[in-house]
Amino acid sequence: MSTASQAVQAAANKRQRMLLTPEGLALPLTIASRGARAGALLLDLTFIALGFIVLAIVLGLLGFSVIGLATRSTGPVVELLMVVATLSLFLIRYGYFLWFELGPRAATPGKRVLGIRVAARPQDGVTGGRLTAEMVIARNLLRDVEVFLPVFFLVSGGEQAGVVGVATFVWLAVFVLFPFANRDALRAGDVVAGTWVIEASRAKLQQAMSVDLASARDYRFGEEELAIYGEHELQVLETVLRQGNAAAMREVAETICRKIGWEAGIGDERAFLEAFYAALRARLEQGMRFGQRKKDKFS
Amino acid sequence: MQLPFFRRKEIETPPDIAAASLRSDRFRLEREVDWQRLDRIILALEKGRPKRISDEDLLDLPVLYRKAASSLAVARETSLDAAALEYLESLVRRAWFQVYGPRITLSGWLRRFLGGGWSAAVRAIWLDICIALSVMVAGAATGWLLVARDRDWFFALVPGAMAGGRVPGASAEALRATLAPQAGSEGLASFAAYLFSNNTGVAILAFALGFAFGIPTLLLLVYNMALLGAMLWVFAEAGLGWEFAAWLSVHGTTELGAILLAGAAGLHVGRAMAFPGDSSILAAAQASGQRAAQVMAGATLMLVVAGLLEGYVRQLIGAPSARAAIGGLMLAFWLGYFLLVRRPIEHET
Repeated sequence: MSTASQAVQAAANKRQRMLLTPEGLALPLTIASRGARAGALLLDLTFIALGFIVLAIVLGLLGFSVIGLATRSTGPVVELLMVVATLSLFLIRYGYFLWFELGPRAATPGKRVLGIRVAARPQDGVTGGRLTAEMVIARNLLRDVEVFLPVFFLVSGGEQAGVVGVATFVWLAVFVLFPFANRDALRAGDVVAGTWVIEASRAKLQQAMSVDLASARDYRFGEEELAIYGEHELQVLETVLRQGNAAAMREVAETICRKIGWEAGIGDERAFLEAFYAALRARLEQGMRFGQRKKDKFS
Repeated sequence: MQLPFFRRKEIETPPDIAAASLRSDRFRLEREVDWQRLDRIILALEKGRPKRISDEDLLDLPVLYRKAASSLAVARETSLDAAALEYLESLVRRAWFQVYGPRITLSGWLRRFLGGGWSAAVRAIWLDICIALSVMVAGAATGWLLVARDRDWFFALVPGAMAGGRVPGASAEALRATLAPQAGSEGLASFAAYLFSNNTGVAILAFALGFAFGIPTLLLLVYNMALLGAMLWVFAEAGLGWEFAAWLSVHGTTELGAILLAGAAGLHVGRAMAFPGDSSILAAAQASGQRAAQVMAGATLMLVVAGLLEGYVRQLIGAPSARAAIGGLMLAFWLGYFLLVRRPIEHET
């Protein structure tokens, strides 16, 4: 394992939390990384900007045709369009996030793309609560100060307005950088509402590994050969087998043969690895049933 | 024959269970069909199409969920198939969010909110409302006194665009003209919409700044009311104090009430974070935040009403007594609503 992937794995482990269901099951949750949340926010703002542009284009097209027809510049239809435009601006700014986070998936389109969602944070070790409408409202009202105000401030060049500008910049920076100051990557809205953002990816069911092993009888492994590796190596082997990369399989087969003292052959790597996998897993699972677990080859 | 594009993928029957050589794989193959059935139901719920689920699937949902949860518990102890464990964990997690998710629809929530939830939340933050009210009165008095001492304070407090000719030293006729109703009703709707979005932005800012222990909220309230006090002085100097108050009260009772509620909500959060009592700061922030969010949602509604009143009614009705009557009526309505409507008895849906 290279140090880079180890570092990534360590960072992901730091974001693990436990959720206790009413059935007494401990479900692991992973807090969404700050980069994922920032990316989701940028995507959402892009969608909102696109919505504005589309609305402006539609109104412009309609406005042109209406002004050409009407004799006065202000008619009831144009006024209605102006009302629709103003209300849409308001609704898109506040209602976009509210609508999606109140839905069944509790995730805006930006969050859905990145595979994260909003959930209620368990309080004081109590089992996870429900995400109520008040929580979603509270966290979205605070987004104003954290996102839109700094954006308007930067766009209008506020930080160049002397001491007041710098002070406002520092003040807003505290809100924007708040997620970096706590462990659960909570922003101010999350603190007030009692929510957090977790990963919510959907895994697909893969094939069972030991189903068609016609070649399993070609290879027999003894006790001492199977006693070398532990669960971690088994799972790495499973990943390699599921991905089916020929070069990786050859490398892993050679490593295993070296370790167990066999001569590595050529051309039969897949069958060899599948047989080794089945035998190793059978042995480790048997050990599990008796309460003996071998974490990896060093333990 | 159905077109291949839209045909739903059937749940594939797993291969012959006895062909699996490992006991944990046989365990999984026996239960695979149930898991995939649960997966399909949860997917339909996540997409917001509960009508796609058949009746028997819906009745089986809790049973399937518990089966999957117990399979996960057993699989953790007996199986080393990492992909199957990962699938089961994500399935149970998604099923948990759906089965134990919010049980009330948006319309049901609205009914409970308007039917007493909002009033109860407003009554719960009475102390912050009192603080905010006193701060607002003090702010108005400050604005009045500052401008009464020195007229230059007016230009410091009120931005030029908002003053629009209503400055100290303007003649009484010019001031009276600004109070007059409008002849026709064109342009009122867009004016109302503009006012609504502007005022709501200020109210939401007042709430959001409560996170900083409520201090910016107080400052915001003082500033806005000082502005009002300064304008009031200008009109009182010209002898039009009563007319201005009537002009303001048409929408002012509702709008100032909404700003009062928004400021009180922000203060509630700020005070809870500054003085959490026995609980931790996070727990206090969360408990206060939920109450304050309900109040804020209602304050937005009040601002819709205020925008309509300001945009339409104020411009169409001219007599000061009529305007004052409308203002007094709205005030009585809001007071009655907040003080008298009880929280509804919760029925299990």
